[in-house]
Amino acid sequence: MQRESKAGGRSSKSGLWNTMLQYKYHYMMVLPVIVWYILFCYLPMYGITLSFKTFDFSKGILGSPWVGFQHFREISHDPEFWSAFKNTVIISLSKLVIHFPLPIILAMVINEFSRTKARKFFQTLFTFPHFISWVVLAGILTNIFSNDGIYIQLMTMLGFDASSPLVSVNGFRPMIYLSHVWKEIGWDSIIYMAALTGINPELYEAAEMDGASRLQRLRYIAWPGIKSTVAILFILTIGNLLSLGSSFEQIFNLYSSPVYSVADTIDTYVYRTTFTVGADFGYMTAVGLIKSAISLVLLVLANMTVKKMGEQGLY
Amino acid sequence: MEQTLTRKKKISTYDVVVYIILGIMAIITFYPFYNVLIISFARFDVISKSNLYWLPKSFDFSAYKLIFGDGKFWNAFTVSVLVTVLGVAFSMIISVAGAYALSKKGMPGRNLLLTMILITMFFNGGLIPFYLIVKNLGLVNNILVMIVPAGINTLYLIIMKNYFNTIPEGLEESAKLDGANDFMILLRIIIPISAPFMATFALFYAVERWNEWWHALIFISDSAKAPLQIYLREVLITSNSSLNSMAMTLAEQKATTKVYTPSLQMATIIVSCIPIMLVYPFLQKHFAKGILVGSIKE
Repeated sequence: MQRESKAGGRSSKSGLWNTMLQYKYHYMMVLPVIVWYILFCYLPMYGITLSFKTFDFSKGILGSPWVGFQHFREISHDPEFWSAFKNTVIISLSKLVIHFPLPIILAMVINEFSRTKARKFFQTLFTFPHFISWVVLAGILTNIFSNDGIYIQLMTMLGFDASSPLVSVNGFRPMIYLSHVWKEIGWDSIIYMAALTGINPELYEAAEMDGASRLQRLRYIAWPGIKSTVAILFILTIGNLLSLGSSFEQIFNLYSSPVYSVADTIDTYVYRTTFTVGADFGYMTAVGLIKSAISLVLLVLANMTVKKMGEQGLY
Repeated sequence: MEQTLTRKKKISTYDVVVYIILGIMAIITFYPFYNVLIISFARFDVISKSNLYWLPKSFDFSAYKLIFGDGKFWNAFTVSVLVTVLGVAFSMIISVAGAYALSKKGMPGRNLLLTMILITMFFNGGLIPFYLIVKNLGLVNNILVMIVPAGINTLYLIIMKNYFNTIPEGLEESAKLDGANDFMILLRIIIPISAPFMATFALFYAVERWNEWWHALIFISDSAKAPLQIYLREVLITSNSSLNSMAMTLAEQKATTKVYTPSLQMATIIVSCIPIMLVYPFLQKHFAKGILVGSIKE
């Protein structure tokens, strides 16, 4: 009944108005959400115009004078920016390549367990670190990898000449990748586990009857069952790769001046220079805009790849 | 889950290998937390010999005493409790109502709204414009900055919307015939039947607010309004807090018998994580279901 009235409503203006009236309470419910997104997402997006202005505190975003592409020309000669740019791209892509497949493998392995108790146990344990903040985890890692921490003691005992990876130019990035895997592997695998439990058990039984090996069952039943989930999550991960907060919290809490050259990302660079050095807001907005642009390009590429592979993309 | 019960009965080498790998992973996941716990109880003369031990050799509560006696700790703790309680209320009210409305397929403009919301997951103005707008709203050094701008998690909102889509329409239609309006339907029917789901997301938001750090880092400079995570950062990383000067370095401790700094740091971690550990069993019970119901639909 509702459906018919909707179809009819589309044909005339007063009809649309009537449909909207039917939903008046729903519009009231969604209003706070709309206001929130305008204030905290869309106004900042408009604020990107600062990239082409020199920020004047007394005049605000709107009134500050335009300077065209001047900031971008300056950025192209800023060695600290290029170092941060390089690190951002390297750290994000390495995180993607190293981390992305692991939760899928973990989910497939845990899914093989017949005993739900073992399954529950591993799932519970591996998910726990997700709920602990990076501030706390950085404290724990600093303790483990400090000079009198367990890592160096263990390495010395085994006869290696170890130094703390937190202050070593070669050790810092692997540290970032591994601690990220350690924190998020369990949490990220949950979604795949659920997709796996959604697979019809008869498929497994039939395959077993036909004499399919374990790997064959993984290859021909489990994998096709989660492929579309993997595709969507791949796009989401790419979209989030460069978003503010994801790497910022981790790196900002773990890094120190000896490793800036390999650890400073665009976000930490923007934060450091703006709030400690007091750089021009317009200039730093332009830096942020470049990052958003890279992130958008990656997203479009990921979506294209996924579609080429025959999966449904994000758009 | 049942399907696995009927499969395979024998234990093969494959199982053994998998169990060993998972076992090692379990130790790697668990040990750091265990290490934190035993160091928090260690006396400095024990810990100064070696950090490498598997069983606690002493139970010394002086680190905890020091923390509980610190006024700054209690202040930060109170701020975090306040932010968590108000933050969850704020986030849940606006995201539940919004998600419910957005689940109505016939609502004109719905697709546009959903698209606009999705875009924000992939594109944002960056730190500086966000900072300036929040500043213009008068939220600098205001604890609301940890509640309102941090208020909506877009992913949670979308998952909630997908979940509401799975509730059969017929349920609402009969209530409508009885004269209930949409607010009443949401309050009296939808929310009660999805209580466990709501609880899961309330806990997710609670963990987020409890771990709130980023907005505080940028917008809160008044230490009286700093939440627990900022306090922790001071104790753990920048190590110039009043607490750290109350504790001592190893060298100093050879002469006197005060609290060893790492014990103090680890004890602070334990105390600040207790609320999460308390809610974790509840979180754990529902989160898989909560996250999955329709998380990837549409």
